[in-house]
Amino acid sequence: MDEAAIRNEVLQALKSVAPEVEPERLRCDRPLREEVDLDSMDWLRFMASLHRRLGVSIPEEDYRRLDRIDVLVDYLRRRLA
Amino acid sequence: MIEFPLPSLGADMDEGRLLEWKVQPGEKVHRGQVIAVVDTAKAAVDVECWQEGEVFELLVEPGVKVPVGTPIATLLEAGETPATAQHRVKAAVAAPEPLASPVAPVMPLGSRPRISPAARKRAAELGIDAERLHGTGPHGVVTLDDVEGAGWPAAPVDRNAAMRQAIAAAMSRSKREIPHYYLAEALDLGPMLSWLQTYNAPLAPEARLLPAVLLFKAVALALREYPQLNGYWHDGSFQPASGVHLGVAVSLRQGGLVAPALHDVADKPVQALMDEFTDLVQRARSGSLRSSELSGAGLTVTLLGDQGTDSVFGVIYPPQVALVGFGRIVERPWVENGALCVRPVVNATLAADHRASDGHYGGRFLGEIRRLLLLPDQL
Repeated sequence: MDEAAIRNEVLQALKSVAPEVEPERLRCDRPLREEVDLDSMDWLRFMASLHRRLGVSIPEEDYRRLDRIDVLVDYLRRRLA
Repeated sequence: MIEFPLPSLGADMDEGRLLEWKVQPGEKVHRGQVIAVVDTAKAAVDVECWQEGEVFELLVEPGVKVPVGTPIATLLEAGETPATAQHRVKAAVAAPEPLASPVAPVMPLGSRPRISPAARKRAAELGIDAERLHGTGPHGVVTLDDVEGAGWPAAPVDRNAAMRQAIAAAMSRSKREIPHYYLAEALDLGPMLSWLQTYNAPLAPEARLLPAVLLFKAVALALREYPQLNGYWHDGSFQPASGVHLGVAVSLRQGGLVAPALHDVADKPVQALMDEFTDLVQRARSGSLRSSELSGAGLTVTLLGDQGTDSVFGVIYPPQVALVGFGRIVERPWVENGALCVRPVVNATLAADHRASDGHYGGRFLGEIRRLLLLPDQL
């Protein structure tokens, strides 16, 4: 799966949790939880949605560093490689 | 014959608009069955029946707004038949809501119909008395637009305003009537979070627990020991709640909040609570709560979450007598056995009604929560 496809899945997963998100307006190099108002329940559902879509289960200890879309896409690309 | 009144779906509700009937006359209904959908200021709510019976009459048409307590349906009890039951008069409850425009001058008898057929049909659907509407069509004819405008306020905009009004009314009542006292306590969450980390580590995200459910469980278990904080202030005295049901404040993405109830929190395993909490938050945000979830909570818990501030001193949701707040979990310097260490800490607060309890009692309640959170495997 190439980077663009992963990014698309990430944005779809995000939209399933935060329907008001407009992907084209999202700044992928900014802290995600400031760009989108996500509480811990939203975040967990986001992680669950990524697990369903991509089969990648992201452990809790990695949450903290996955704070930007770009970083998350890169992380998933490496996990899927 | 059983009268089924429009239930109160929270202290901030005094009327509701019937959106849809889910049952028909002649249908058998059971306890817990959704019989209607009612729009409150905050959300569309599935109204559940709390009795067994057979639907006899539906007294309110969809689209009509009625005050809380108004009979909206009648049910036949076991042994009753339609022949033995008396019909209720519908007119009393069919009063339309205040009209958007002033009443038009009365047309003389025998004049042309002053409402278009489409508008008349729509008015009937909405339960609006179209004769009283101000028509903007040719010769003052009431048009479809006039009916739509009067019946259904533009929902998305007004929903926010209505929610604001509902919160304003409940919170003003709270601050006007309830003499609040406030207590705060910093709690060491080290043991709870390491237990949680171990629990969650082998699990897929779908099965993981959030710290919130352990906090709910601790509050619920503590309430069992401190029942004076679990209930309602009614007519000058305290009435204990019938179980340990916690209202959980859920903020909505479009603004505002609701506090639906998690039921029997003290008796449920944490994984079951997590599933119910997840479901409740999603349904609160999609506007599909059930009537039993909007009443019955004996205490509300508010969690600011990890995007929030350190502490929250809440406003009690009347007629409840206490509210527990948890701020953001942060790492702080902590002294234990004379040594300085770093611990994840949360500020727990209690806002309580001084008519129903005193600070000493509230302080012991917070102390019980602290004790329980140090023993996470017993939650």
